[in-house]
Amino acid sequence: MKTENQKAWFFVLPVLVLVAFNALIPMMTVVNYSVQETFGDNVFFWQGLDWFEQILRSDRFHAALGRQFLFTFLILIIEVPLGIIIALSMPRKGFWVPVCLVTMALPMLIPWNVVGAMWNIFTLPDIGLLGYFLNHVLGISYDMTQNPLAAWVTIVTMDVWHWTSLVVLLAYAGLVSIPDAYYQAAKIDGASNWAVFRFIQLPKMKTVLTIAILLRFMDSFNIYTEPFVLTGGGPGNSTTLLSIDLVKIALGQFDLGPAAAMSLIYFAITLLVSWLFYTLMTKDDLN
Amino acid sequence: MQKRSIIPIVYILFLMLPIYWLVAMSFKTTNEILSGFSLFPQTFTLENYVTIFTDPTWYWGYINSILYVSINTVISVAVALPAAYAFSRYRFLGDKQLFFWLLTNRMAPAAVFALPFFQLYSAVGIFDTHLAVALAHCLFNIPLAVWILEGFMGGIPKELDETAYVDGYSFPRFFGTIFIPSIKAGVGVAAFFCFMFSWVELLLAKTLTAVAAKPIAATMTKTASSAGYELGLLAAAGTLTIIPGAIVIWFVRNYIAKGFAMGRV
Repeated sequence: MKTENQKAWFFVLPVLVLVAFNALIPMMTVVNYSVQETFGDNVFFWQGLDWFEQILRSDRFHAALGRQFLFTFLILIIEVPLGIIIALSMPRKGFWVPVCLVTMALPMLIPWNVVGAMWNIFTLPDIGLLGYFLNHVLGISYDMTQNPLAAWVTIVTMDVWHWTSLVVLLAYAGLVSIPDAYYQAAKIDGASNWAVFRFIQLPKMKTVLTIAILLRFMDSFNIYTEPFVLTGGGPGNSTTLLSIDLVKIALGQFDLGPAAAMSLIYFAITLLVSWLFYTLMTKDDLN
Repeated sequence: MQKRSIIPIVYILFLMLPIYWLVAMSFKTTNEILSGFSLFPQTFTLENYVTIFTDPTWYWGYINSILYVSINTVISVAVALPAAYAFSRYRFLGDKQLFFWLLTNRMAPAAVFALPFFQLYSAVGIFDTHLAVALAHCLFNIPLAVWILEGFMGGIPKELDETAYVDGYSFPRFFGTIFIPSIKAGVGVAAFFCFMFSWVELLLAKTLTAVAAKPIAATMTKTASSAGYELGLLAAAGTLTIIPGAIVIWFVRNYIAKGFAMGRV
């Protein structure tokens, strides 16, 4: 059991100072902007909650939020089951285990803009491997700079390529922690593959899968660099996700007030959904 | 060979295809790339790599990136170790709230912080230094390191601490010579994750630098837009960014699965 010790605060102090410096000061700047209007030259006027109202009522924000939820939903619905299936079919021991793990983890260590650039080169209609194959071998007309559906398929495929391995590695870690005795017992009972999965493997993977879903939710909801490099939010606005739209407003149009209000609303949504997952996780720990 | 091993094989092939294409592209001449489709480089050339290794704006990009990533990894792990120990061993006022607050910083979209970060680091006077990027990346790397280390420390029985104190060890001596060695896998995994997230992040790194500490990723974006569209050069630069990750991952290969589970299995 943990002992009560208020001096433990000294151990967390360096962490607290460093993270607070990086989190609280910029956050206060954002809060400041969100309630003021500026015409430059550091002159500010009190604006109250007008920006929040404007953002919450704007069609542009609703559209970007809708696209963002659709994207995150697609990512979770594809990557989580796919990751579990791959983890289940991986070897448990032997020479191939580290080979599999290292090659699978590789996409996650590539800088995000390189991921975007790589997929751009890969999907160019006439000289990219995938683009050439689809257009000239299969005869499907594919050009993600023209066709919104093609752009969506491409960014979702890119994210599946980039991050499914995270789910695989987490699920795999859960699977290898199951003692052989469990499987032997199941065999004696004559349990089917499905029963083994449902009553032994899935419960053992529960904690790690919650982490996987939580991380995939947060990261896909905040995604910026990869789709920005790949599609730039286009064609039109079809792949303008929340972060891309935010940067457009903040740095493109320099509308700091609305951008700050949007940041806070955005952060609040991420926080709320993540908090729901977190409570579910800790509730299991208690039981 | 078992029938089900087909699934991982197909998956790994899918993962390798875009990487292969990037590498193949980097050995082609610009002429060959633009003249049409070829599965393998027809006129194999190292010209793109020569350009990168002889032009200071290119190779300094790599040095800058490696510098701030290393500084960040050292800072993050060093401050996270005692904090994770406190969270895993003691109860104190506001511990749960603090832990959750730390994790919320992992959830903040980097896009939200780009502009305020620029203003903050300009005001402090360390804009365009490696330290600025390293400190900024602490925002998401410290919480992650605390989370991972706390998971690994939870697996060490508390009796270890108590026995050491009974044997007359002081806290610093116990922490340095007994405790840290016994969670060295966890330290390795935490360092790996800090390296990884600092290495792949671009938005903050680009916002906080101009010339002196510009990361390789930013050099690449500039090339893509300014010097026409030099795909071969871009591909070569991209290929080189994969190498540090591949090296680091090889070192932690035995802990990867457990590491991604943050020690919580």
